[in-house]
Amino acid sequence: MKTKEITVHVNGTPHTKEVSTRLLLVHFIRDDLDMTGTHIGCDTSNCGACTILLDGKSIKSCTVLAVQADGKQVTTIEGMANGAQFHPIQEGFHEEHGLQCGFCTPGMIMRAAELLEKNPNPTEEEIRWGISGNLCRCTGYQNIVKAIQYAAEKMSTEAETA
Amino acid sequence: MIEPKTSKKICGMGHRMKRKEDARFLHGQGTYVDDIKLPGMLFMDIVRSPYAYAKIKSINTEKALEIPGVLAVITGETLKEYNLHWMPTLMSDTQMVLPTDTVMYQAQEVAAVIATDRYAAADGIEAVEVEYEPMKAVVNPHKALDADAPVLRTDKEGKTDNHIWHWESGDREGTDKLFEEADIVVKENIYVPRIHVASIETCGCIADFRPATGKLTVHLTTQAPHAVRTVIALVAGHVGLSEEKVRVISPDIGGGFGGKVPVYPGYVIAIAASVVIGKPVKWIEDRSENLQADSFARDYHMVGEIAADKDGTMKALRIKTLADHGYTDAAANPSKYPAGMFSICTGSYQFENAFTEMDAVYTNKPPGGVAYRCSFRVTEAVHAIERMVDVLAQELGRDPAELRMQNFIQPDQFPYHSPTGWEYDSGNYPAALQKAMDMIGYDELRKEQAEKRARGELMGIGVCSFTEVVGAGPSKDFDILGIKMFDSAEIRIHPTGKAIARFGTKSQGQGHETTYAQIVAEELGIPALHIEVEEGDTDTAPYGLGTYASRSTPTAGAAAAKAARKIRDKARKIAAHLLEVSEEDLDWEPGKFFVKGAPDKSTTIQDIAFAAYTNHPQGMEAGLEAVHYYDPPNLTFPFGSYICVVDIDKQTGEPKIRRFVAIDDCGNIINPMIVEGQIHGGLTQGLAPAMFEELIYDEDGNILNGTFMDYLLPTAVETPHWETGHTITPCPHHPIGAKGVGESPTVGAPPAIANAIVDALSHLGVTNIDIPITPFKVWKILKEKGVTNA
Ligand code: FES
Ligand code: FES
Repeated sequence: MKTKEITVHVNGTPHTKEVSTRLLLVHFIRDDLDMTGTHIGCDTSNCGACTILLDGKSIKSCTVLAVQADGKQVTTIEGMANGAQFHPIQEGFHEEHGLQCGFCTPGMIMRAAELLEKNPNPTEEEIRWGISGNLCRCTGYQNIVKAIQYAAEKMSTEAETA
Repeated sequence: MIEPKTSKKICGMGHRMKRKEDARFLHGQGTYVDDIKLPGMLFMDIVRSPYAYAKIKSINTEKALEIPGVLAVITGETLKEYNLHWMPTLMSDTQMVLPTDTVMYQAQEVAAVIATDRYAAADGIEAVEVEYEPMKAVVNPHKALDADAPVLRTDKEGKTDNHIWHWESGDREGTDKLFEEADIVVKENIYVPRIHVASIETCGCIADFRPATGKLTVHLTTQAPHAVRTVIALVAGHVGLSEEKVRVISPDIGGGFGGKVPVYPGYVIAIAASVVIGKPVKWIEDRSENLQADSFARDYHMVGEIAADKDGTMKALRIKTLADHGYTDAAANPSKYPAGMFSICTGSYQFENAFTEMDAVYTNKPPGGVAYRCSFRVTEAVHAIERMVDVLAQELGRDPAELRMQNFIQPDQFPYHSPTGWEYDSGNYPAALQKAMDMIGYDELRKEQAEKRARGELMGIGVCSFTEVVGAGPSKDFDILGIKMFDSAEIRIHPTGKAIARFGTKSQGQGHETTYAQIVAEELGIPALHIEVEEGDTDTAPYGLGTYASRSTPTAGAAAAKAARKIRDKARKIAAHLLEVSEEDLDWEPGKFFVKGAPDKSTTIQDIAFAAYTNHPQGMEAGLEAVHYYDPPNLTFPFGSYICVVDIDKQTGEPKIRRFVAIDDCGNIINPMIVEGQIHGGLTQGLAPAMFEELIYDEDGNILNGTFMDYLLPTAVETPHWETGHTITPCPHHPIGAKGVGESPTVGAPPAIANAIVDALSHLGVTNIDIPITPFKVWKILKEKGVTNA
């Protein structure tokens, strides 16, 4: 088994580990770093449950090797809140009932983070296309869309007052 | 709107309380089974059959065992030593855990590799060498009963064909007579295809057997932890797993929808492996394994017929069904109901008589017959009746909404006795349909449709007025493997007036931690925020049959109210003691007892709780707690009316849902926000089989779409914006007047969508299109009818 030492900065903290070169980034995060908020829902890169930010871009961490993240910045769901205080996107999901079983939720939130970063004021249509790489089986997406709209509004008000 | 009776602080029924369970999920701190890591834990992966039907000539494990990290390979022969290679299904059929000689469907478990990590286990399964001798598979259920069809279940002594059971309901002769005398008879073949619940979390477990104590703890994705514990004890009692030594913990569940009710072979193999090796063994299936091998839903081939008068009065209903159960009857149904609640098929209408019969057959496909977010085969029944009413309307040239209005069971006819033996508890069908028609602007839409049709454009309007039957169920009729289908609540009030409530059910996203707390808050006036709800651990929760078939509110929700009322009765005695009056002199308002006529002389539930531990009356037991096992007197019958508008692209055949209005009636509403969420989700799981999902097999029994690349779950883009509303007809026999709701929309949406698409094409002579109605199916029709030259 080939291994390589990598350093990945996860939610601001550097983690240096010797890993197998075939280890998936999602398994590195979940099994090696014990951050289990990032989920696995498929084996074909379709569901988006594993979505994280890699250098600020939302990616499916089941489709990236851990060694490819060497030296890079990873943001996971565990890095979104400020202590116990929700990030506006998390708050939106809570306020608008954007989650049921919660399994797709971390991936949805990480995807929404990049979406709102690129397009702070998206239309419903843009949100729906924007999250179309993330599957949810419980909510019918409607309240997820509302949650992201809630966050967009809150984040733009915060940006104005800042 | 529903007016809450309690303050916002108490947050009882009717409040849009934000969910108490959200925070852990939003912080990424949920605990799903794959998040659990135990010291020394091993991993299991499964070798699966590439063939639908084959003899196993040999299994060579040598190379696998050479892989670093691989500790053991378990085969059917290994399990046979412990007599664990077979297990019963929930329908008292039998199923292989691992085969010793034959595989019966593609992706069937053949052997299991146990290793120190997941990658080694995955390498291990690649290295196990299995030699098969393929045989001609029985795939088409219509051919399964042919005289020359190979008999599949040769393990069953004396079995000479592939027939599983015949079941019937209603009055055959009376119904036939009405058909003979009828002015009009319509008939249609309707297929409701094989689909998969595909919750985003797949199934899995960690079996943790401790040799020193002899205790087995199984962390398991199950909707019914207690039932599983009993099944484990019954199946593996002979190897020492007696029920008090078995603990099943159902952690956070990433969606269930019926797919997490059965006991899958993988669970049993992991348990056996842990018992043999003495270490925890984790098994998490891949999505492909989940789609290809776990229980399917539906797969009913139906022939529906309605007999009616010229004036549109519906007289009799007849449905004949062929049910494809795959290799074994592993349906998750109450024991007495091999076809579940299918006999609810007379729906929302007054029929003089009805008869339905069904034959189930074995084929070389995965076993199952679980619900896909519905109460035991109600979806199939509703699809049949709601499609058939439209077929009749088309034959008569009548408006489908108007024809429904004419034939509805009327509000004053409840409790209504259906020709197939159900007692509908309550309903107001015309009100729900009228509300849906008003909300969507039905008459305007019909005008628009006529104009568009004149211009050659394709637009359709589909109506569905369904009746559900949920909340199994009364113990006189309902059991699973003999265990009665009651459910339970246990509530303990702490000295400071806070509470813990435990239940025999198990949420998989339905929001029980919030809604159950609201029920207790309603009854006791303790703020819902201060009521901790726990489920899923069989060592602590009272026995119950779990969460599926929209049964949690009808059963455990009722138990919550009943247990709370027992507590209130005791609280009244303590209050009388504290206020030095007699019990009869006390009145209750949420959160306190007060002396009649002297409202300032009162004591709060918090004071009473404290007194229960510090100052209870002489001769009374200390503490303030109660348990209730609720055995419902009847099922609950939620209903609704849905209207869907579609536009069809003439060149591509693509149907697009323009609007969808859903009016639901689930009786009294505990939390409107959660109910709306359930309806959005259910509608989307109705859209899915109506337009996208079907498990497809070729003639050799190979699955053609066993991954998320080709089994199409709707994304946010395909899902329309749902417009919801409700009427409220309280359930007369439920302590808080509530009915189940989670599944109504999954049941009601497919026929509304199918009816809309068929309606758009009805002028071309189209009377039925089987779901899923894909653009290709529509395009083929348009091509055939000369509507498109694309
Ligand atoms: S786990 Fe499904 S896309 Fe990564
Ligand atoms: S909330 Fe369950 S999958 Fe999205």
